[in-house]
Amino acid sequence: MRSTRRTLTAAIATACALATVTACGGGSGSSSSGSSSTYTFWDPYPQFDASSDWGKRVTACGTEAGVKVKRTAYDTTDLGNKALLAAQQGNAPDVMMVDNPVVSTLVEAGILTRTSDLGLDTAAIQKNIIGAGTLDGAAYGVPIGANTLALYYNKKLLSAAHIDPAGIKDWPSLTAALKKIKAAGKKGITFSAINTEEGSFQFLPWFWGAGGDLTRLDSSKGVAALTLWKQWVEEGYAPKDVLNNTQTTSWQEFATGDYAFGENGTWQLANAEKAGFPYGIVSIPAQNGGSAPVPTGGEFVTVPVQKDTGRYDISKKIVACLTSAQNLLASDTTLTYVAPTAAVQAQQVKANPKLKPWVDAVAAARGRTSGGLGTKYPTISQPMWTAVQAALSGSKSPTAALSDAQTAASKG
Amino acid sequence: MLTHHRRSQLTALAFLAPLAAYLAAFYAYPLYRNLDLSLRDYTVRSFVAGDAPFSGWDNFRTVLDDPSFAPAMRHTMVFTFASIAVQYAAGLALAVFFNRRFPLAPTLRALFLVPWLLPLIVSASTWSWMFNSESGVVNYALHMVGVDPVGWLTSPHWALTSVVIANIWIGIPFNLVILYSGLQNIPAELYEAAALDGANAWQQFRRITFPLLRPVSAITLLLGLVYTLKVFDLIWIMTKGGPGDSSSTLATWSYQLGFGTLLPKFGPGAAVGNILIVIALAFGLLHVRVQRRQES
Repeated sequence: MRSTRRTLTAAIATACALATVTACGGGSGSSSSGSSSTYTFWDPYPQFDASSDWGKRVTACGTEAGVKVKRTAYDTTDLGNKALLAAQQGNAPDVMMVDNPVVSTLVEAGILTRTSDLGLDTAAIQKNIIGAGTLDGAAYGVPIGANTLALYYNKKLLSAAHIDPAGIKDWPSLTAALKKIKAAGKKGITFSAINTEEGSFQFLPWFWGAGGDLTRLDSSKGVAALTLWKQWVEEGYAPKDVLNNTQTTSWQEFATGDYAFGENGTWQLANAEKAGFPYGIVSIPAQNGGSAPVPTGGEFVTVPVQKDTGRYDISKKIVACLTSAQNLLASDTTLTYVAPTAAVQAQQVKANPKLKPWVDAVAAARGRTSGGLGTKYPTISQPMWTAVQAALSGSKSPTAALSDAQTAASKG
Repeated sequence: MLTHHRRSQLTALAFLAPLAAYLAAFYAYPLYRNLDLSLRDYTVRSFVAGDAPFSGWDNFRTVLDDPSFAPAMRHTMVFTFASIAVQYAAGLALAVFFNRRFPLAPTLRALFLVPWLLPLIVSASTWSWMFNSESGVVNYALHMVGVDPVGWLTSPHWALTSVVIANIWIGIPFNLVILYSGLQNIPAELYEAAALDGANAWQQFRRITFPLLRPVSAITLLLGLVYTLKVFDLIWIMTKGGPGDSSSTLATWSYQLGFGTLLPKFGPGAAVGNILIVIALAFGLLHVRVQRRQES
């Protein structure tokens, strides 16, 4: 009797355990099959919850398309891998917003639909912005907006050191300004040279501003850009901790009011207003004058491949709702992005004249994966940020660091 | 009789089944997947399609030939052994100290557990803030005594040392707790007898405490070793393996390959992970062997 009961209990326990395992295994893969009226939407904006303007906007676009949108926000570095895993399991989201350099990786993985196949119109979008998501002539997503880098400056410190920001036109004039600031007992410039994609993003304006070419990291032009940064750190114009700075911590340094310049992006505009000192913006100078080409930041709205092709119609409506000419202004105001079309940019500048330098910077910006680089870019970017770290920390000379980086990049 | 025997056998199997299912689902399958990842030529496309061709030891060869391998291996060993040696020595010293039972000893001992209770993201962020080369409190203290600032996290000569220091601080409580409980099991009569025989404190430690603590020490060191080999979050938060690769270990390198860039390299990343598992396994087997010899 006792033994029977024991057997029974054990059997039930086992059944439960097995049931759990099966439930786990069967749970995935079911969410995107069938034409349910819930559409999944992923974006990299965890800072916006459902009650934020952005959250409401996404919900409204779903309602407009006649469906319920289930929005999930991931950390931006996490999103690419999450997308690959989801595609492997066959449950990719219906609509996904990804950082522009990730688009080519996802296209390489074969998980994004072509924008032209969906019938979305991208003619009005500026070529340099959509370039980051264009492979072999076909676009794989619609940019929601763009952001980029410029130099914020602290007006108080500059006027105290008698520096005219309008005179900062090339590298020598910038370095001379930094020297004056240091002589006045303040700190020169802060940026992010961390060993992640952020470090490459921040180095590119200088690299491109010297005329550098990503397929030849070790050219004399690349070395000139790295030497400039190294000189700033060695002379004490820039702090050593740029090596650990993310763009956020670099901003925090600038916001202390001790730094004359900070290389940072459009997305800090709202914080700049709160910084407590008057600030201005100049575009990042190229080595011999003029504005340096800056890399474009910002997300693309993409439609991942689905087994059930019937879902594309609704997905397309959601994308169109977020990115159509009429709606871009609202979307980009919510995200503090510069719009990807000239018409909406004009509206933005009209509403807020302070956006003008940013609109100019975006017009001169380049996609990191543009120009046919595509998935080669990540294999170049990683050696590049490693070289920046090696040179700034003093473990290698700029020439040696970039030559090692080129070797690593050519291996892929 | 036979049916009864068979039934109890079935019962035994039924009791075993949940554990077996758990082990298979959460240990065997992930390990198998990781091995599979490291033996195939995965690109992002074949990762999604699931048709990556078998490539034998290619990923391991790629990893071993990579100029990042030797530094990562060296740093892993330095990080692990330096951490463990100091953690163990400090943990043992503190355990002996707290074994003396003085007023406030339990409170102080509890305070020493704080590093263990803090979430790692908190301790690592705090350490990286203290070690900041511009505004960190460590450099400020050095400045007060007239020492030049040190680039704790920004100099290639100091980055590894800095993460080792932080890791030692985190690991001391673990050593303290286990060694302290080991000390409780040493009979007090032995010390009384030794005292009667005229042994001083150092002799008591060398002849009684240390030998009798050997089994506990062995398990502490082994657990610490396996745990320290795979430390990832602390280093990633403090330096991301940098500057350059001056504080990269096999664990951070594996993550860097798999998830740290825009284009994941799952194959080589998994290969580095497997090398790490093999190293941990080797030390585990060594421990089993030493223990067996001690017992016989």
